[in-house]
Amino acid sequence: MLQRLPHLLGIESLSREQIEFFLDQAKPFQEFQRHPLKKLATLRGKTVAIAFFEASTRTRISFTTAASRLGADTMALQAEASSLKKGESLMDTVRTLEAMKADAIVMRHASSGAPHFVAERLEIPVLNAGDGTHEHPTQALLDALTIRDRKGRLEGLNITILGDILHSRVARSNIHLLSKFSVQITLCGPSMWVPREVEGLAPKIRRALCMEEALEGADVVMTLRVQTERIHEPALAPDEYIGGYQLTPQRLRCAKPDALVMHPGPMIRGLEIDDAVADGPQSCVLEQVTNGLAVRMALLYHLVGGPPADAPHPAKD
Amino acid sequence: MRVVEKRQLLSAEEISRTLSRLAHEIVEKSGGAHDLALIGVRRRGVPLSQRLAAAIKGFAKIDVPVGTLDITLYRDDLSTVGSQPVVQSTDIDFVVDDRDLVIVDDVLYTGRTVRAAMNGLFDLGRPKRVRLLVLIDRGHRELPIEATFIGKTIQTSDTEIIEVRLKEVDNEERVVLVDRVP
Repeated sequence: MLQRLPHLLGIESLSREQIEFFLDQAKPFQEFQRHPLKKLATLRGKTVAIAFFEASTRTRISFTTAASRLGADTMALQAEASSLKKGESLMDTVRTLEAMKADAIVMRHASSGAPHFVAERLEIPVLNAGDGTHEHPTQALLDALTIRDRKGRLEGLNITILGDILHSRVARSNIHLLSKFSVQITLCGPSMWVPREVEGLAPKIRRALCMEEALEGADVVMTLRVQTERIHEPALAPDEYIGGYQLTPQRLRCAKPDALVMHPGPMIRGLEIDDAVADGPQSCVLEQVTNGLAVRMALLYHLVGGPPADAPHPAKD
Repeated sequence: MRVVEKRQLLSAEEISRTLSRLAHEIVEKSGGAHDLALIGVRRRGVPLSQRLAAAIKGFAKIDVPVGTLDITLYRDDLSTVGSQPVVQSTDIDFVVDDRDLVIVDDVLYTGRTVRAAMNGLFDLGRPKRVRLLVLIDRGHRELPIEATFIGKTIQTSDTEIIEVRLKEVDNEERVVLVDRVP
């Protein structure tokens, strides 16, 4: 039995046991996605604020759907259509949501550390749905769940992450998670996006100079989106990226024949990934999406379900 | 508060005889048992349902499907329980639509677990009929729920606890009545 977490801010601070607990807790919710009637009353009467200060489609819809399937109501805040446009501060915005009696805040923000800043100042749980170039913990958990389902384990796998590692919170959270399970992690991408410093993120990380070397013997290949919004100067022409780093069927043949191909979405087909790979038999992109719902339901149940974290425990029979 | 054992309600042998009788009753009252399926409620309903299915197979030569139901997400006391219950899997690999279901649990007390189990089952489809089998009925109902098949009915006070100990879960096989004393 795991001590309840007050927030979910990142993977780096979680223990291997905590991660395994969440992966195990996601199993019943995976099965729930196959039910004909996908509506529980477990969190009935609870309200989850979905505060996205940065654009998102799938993560926002996934969290909203996860909350709704657990029976919670949601308050949606979208940066483009909110008082933020009028100059309201982050703390005033989230305090307003708390004053409306939200039971938790799911938050995405372009600044690294924003959810940690908010969590220290609010009484309710904060779930990080992506902060700047820092962490995207639920993505790493759903990726690990997908890998564990397909490969039966995480330990000892060779996992290659391709693309813009430096600016990717998905890569960072995945590296933190996988390194706790003794995964051999190989990183590959244009050198300015895979600087030497990334090797210091965790033990057992190596950088590969070319795709062929990076993919050799890989059990899992994670491609990342080329994030134009986080890169301020055009660092590399698309043609150069495609020529050097696009995941093509030919390159994928360097990996193990049963290697999984993963992508956190949204995919830019024809840039970081070729159509034939994205739609090929090794791709588990859509499975990742479904697993995302299960992971987020498990986390919302953990953080929002049950008694308040600081409630005195009544006598048990 | 201390917990003391007051008396044994069923021995291993009595549990076995009771389950055998209940298995016969299920078949007798199910008109051939062809659409029948058993749903064991976690945790101790699960081994009980498996033993009942094995017994039915033994004397009636009918394979009765058995499923496992976890009711955690359907509990009505999640906001008051001491610590947050861990969700476990529900494994029902047959379609419940038009099935003749028997929910199997160890003890019937307030009826709230059965209410939760029915909610869980109806989220999976529309069974033809749902009945309830319990090893022990100890009274003190808080909902209009009764069992069709009962192993043993026992009068209890509400400080008393019935502990069903099964070898699959507890490495021990008996039912005891314990009481909380200050």
